[in-house]
Amino acid sequence: MIWNPNKECMSRDEMHALQSKRLQKLVTYVYHNVPFYRNKMQEMDLSPEDIRSIDDIVKLPFTTKQDLRDNYPYGLQAAPPSEIVRVHASSGTTGNPTIVGYTRKDLAVWSEVMARCLTAYGVTRDDTFSVAYGYGLFTGGLGAHYGVENLGATVIPTSTGNTEKHIRLIRDLKISGIACTPSYALYLAETLNKMGLTKEDIGLRIGAFGAEPWTENMRKEIEERLGLKGYNIYGLSEIMGPGVSYECQEQNGSHINEDHFYPEIINPETLEQLPYGTQGELVFTTLTKEGMPVLRYRTKDLCTLYNDPCPCGRTSVKMGRIMGRSDDMLIIRGINVFPSQVESVILTMKEFEPQYMLVVDRVKNLDTLQVQVEVRKDFFSDDMGRMLAMKKALADKLKSVLSISADVKLMEPGSIERSQGKGKHVIDNRKLV
Amino acid sequence: MTIKQLSVFLENKTGRINEVTKILGKHGINMHAFSMAESTDFGILRLIVSEVDKAVEVLRSESFAVMLTDVVCISCPNVAGSLSAILETLAEKEIFIEYMYAFAEGDKANVVIRPNDLEKCVQVLKECSCSINSKF
Repeated sequence: MIWNPNKECMSRDEMHALQSKRLQKLVTYVYHNVPFYRNKMQEMDLSPEDIRSIDDIVKLPFTTKQDLRDNYPYGLQAAPPSEIVRVHASSGTTGNPTIVGYTRKDLAVWSEVMARCLTAYGVTRDDTFSVAYGYGLFTGGLGAHYGVENLGATVIPTSTGNTEKHIRLIRDLKISGIACTPSYALYLAETLNKMGLTKEDIGLRIGAFGAEPWTENMRKEIEERLGLKGYNIYGLSEIMGPGVSYECQEQNGSHINEDHFYPEIINPETLEQLPYGTQGELVFTTLTKEGMPVLRYRTKDLCTLYNDPCPCGRTSVKMGRIMGRSDDMLIIRGINVFPSQVESVILTMKEFEPQYMLVVDRVKNLDTLQVQVEVRKDFFSDDMGRMLAMKKALADKLKSVLSISADVKLMEPGSIERSQGKGKHVIDNRKLV
Repeated sequence: MTIKQLSVFLENKTGRINEVTKILGKHGINMHAFSMAESTDFGILRLIVSEVDKAVEVLRSESFAVMLTDVVCISCPNVAGSLSAILETLAEKEIFIEYMYAFAEGDKANVVIRPNDLEKCVQVLKECSCSINSKF
């Protein structure tokens, strides 16, 4: 089934024309409403009239996460405050979170693109659908929630936590679809078995999995253990939230809602646009966003775009799996973590050397983060209580900055490997291939 | 009336304690007593050694985090109930013991005590005519 064939199956020429028209309108809008973009364009000697078609997008400046932080909180907002009806925020690396405001129309677009995703997975009005992404400042929960409502299925706003209760609801309410992170899906399968139940006892048939990278092997395992079909959902809060792209029944690449989010692949070094079929950094322009539109936002996600026709009938460009990052960001239990966040916390505590190592692993399908730090010689104490308090103080600070808990390991001074040049701060033992 | 205890910070890693004993042995420093306090990822090795200043110097030069703490060392008869009598006196005078370790040999037992209030502890021990060692 296709939710909006007019847009999802548009001819490439029509899509080109629509994108061109929307880009022109967007550039004029941000030029007049966002000083940041006006200044950037003036520096480049560029005026909105220079943008005549979507192909002119290469003339436009890029936007980075740093730009979003520098303009905290509302510097990049284009719509007047009275038009903003909701704000989401993502975790910040140096204290400033990224703030994204949505107008009423933005929310309508969001639930439209989410309905397209869910329909592609096979969700219908007859389904009962559990949203097990976190509800709150994170876009996952509410984003998926309104998509399910828009489609007309029954939404169960489970959010995260209490997995046994969740499984009882899945069984008793005959929940047929679920949105969550792939690692949570595996945890759900484990809990199911622990409760003495099997996949035959529940009726899940559709899973929408995203917010962290996953692999074909994980898909096979989740599908086998929960008895459902698992589909990728991609999104990021800077662009909208979940629903930027979605897999169809082919389970082979994610269709981009490119009438709203224009994708490009660039070489992260030269910033040159690359052709379809080449791996590079994914860049999005929000063609219709009113609240906080962005021009050429650098996601730092590395992937490939494809424009071959899809047997499902949709004509949109597809993106392959995320193959990595062009920066050092880690995704741990669905949360973005930068080594620099850990560094900034350690630097505020005089008990520790500025040497540290993040060790990431996946134990029983859940990501774990260990932060190794060296205790400064002068702060070593023969008192175990004081040493444990030092460890706990760091763990507490990390938790409040990272939004996930980390296991702190105190190390001897000089024991963490020093490198010449750029420091190595991450050991990722998760097998994602 | 107090002696210097050497403490060394150690990661929980096979062979790490031996690194310390090897260095001390190489420099002719004798260990009279030691105890190990451990948590899940690190330990604190507490030692009474023959040449404490030299021990600090050689361990620091090998990048170990070390520190010195004043402790009280007492001797009591190696018979049932002798330590209990001393601890009871300390408790009566409200002296809190952060940690202690001991070993017995022949008819004598040596006990290392780290109290919360060192001065008061020495005072109390003196008053009850306990035998305090000024060196191990």
